[in-house]
Amino acid sequence: MGLLDQKIAQGGIVITRIEDLINWARLSSMWPMGFGTACCAIEFMSAQSTPYDLDRLGIIPRASPRQSDVMIVAGTVTFKMGDRVRRLYEQMAEPRYVISMGSCSNCGGPYWEHGYHVVKGVDRIIPVDVYVPGCPPRPEALIGGLIKLQEKIRGESIVVPKAIQKIMEGEG
Amino acid sequence: MTFEDIKALVTDQLGDDCILVTDTAASPQAFYIEPLRLSDTMQFLHENDQLYFDSLSCISALDNGVESGTMELAYNLYSIPFDHHLMVKVTLDRKAPKISSLTSIWRTADWHEREAFDLMGITFEGHPYLRRILMPADWEGHPLRKDYEEQTYYRGVKVKY
Repeated sequence: MGLLDQKIAQGGIVITRIEDLINWARLSSMWPMGFGTACCAIEFMSAQSTPYDLDRLGIIPRASPRQSDVMIVAGTVTFKMGDRVRRLYEQMAEPRYVISMGSCSNCGGPYWEHGYHVVKGVDRIIPVDVYVPGCPPRPEALIGGLIKLQEKIRGESIVVPKAIQKIMEGEG
Repeated sequence: MTFEDIKALVTDQLGDDCILVTDTAASPQAFYIEPLRLSDTMQFLHENDQLYFDSLSCISALDNGVESGTMELAYNLYSIPFDHHLMVKVTLDRKAPKISSLTSIWRTADWHEREAFDLMGITFEGHPYLRRILMPADWEGHPLRKDYEEQTYYRGVKVKY
């Protein structure tokens, strides 16, 4: 979007599409839920620290799922934890997004074969938007994943996609 | 006090037949006792003035496999005032592993026994509330047994990769 303040200073009016405005607002304030399930959470915390400064992307962790837009599943999801993860996801208001961070939550990671207690991918429990590979991923990788999610949000539409609209009209 | 001294104290009090086998290669040095005599022996080790094993450091459960048909429990004891170390072991029947609980002697046995029950399926008689400690309450089977096969689904989620 660039430096808005300069444009406002020139004429006081910014012309844009409502869709772009909503998407811009959403992707500029992706508040993640401040929780972690294993060692990936350390890298998640590190990404919030001064050297990486997630705040510059408008990413501020929230203590409640009710206030969160993004769930970053940072770490191993055990079957016991799986129910809690699902419950937290259900408590989030829409639109909501999920980033699966690290090999464990992507596919089970090192527990894929003998980890009887580990869910082999958090996408068996909740829908995932972006997968960040690594064991654990460095903060740069997580930031890469968050930027990827921003790209996804930027392409979203508030109206029903044309193809689906046609199907729905056909039914009506 | 040496391992031999501890052994002598135990046999003096509880009889020569109390200790079945000794394993001096173990660390700490160990002896096997009859499972039925566990409570008496442990009570003595806990109370004796010269031993005073006031700390139950760990309970380890071993599955020797289907062929051998046995399981083992290893109790690691430590005496804080005297700095004595001792391991007491028992051999159990693998088909119905059962032993008396030591929660009345050491409170710390509570969670250790729950862990052995959860992962190995050993029943501790007299335990105040024997239930799973690590796995979910509705999990099937005891995962650290040699012949363990995980369930196909847990609450609708596939377990295998």
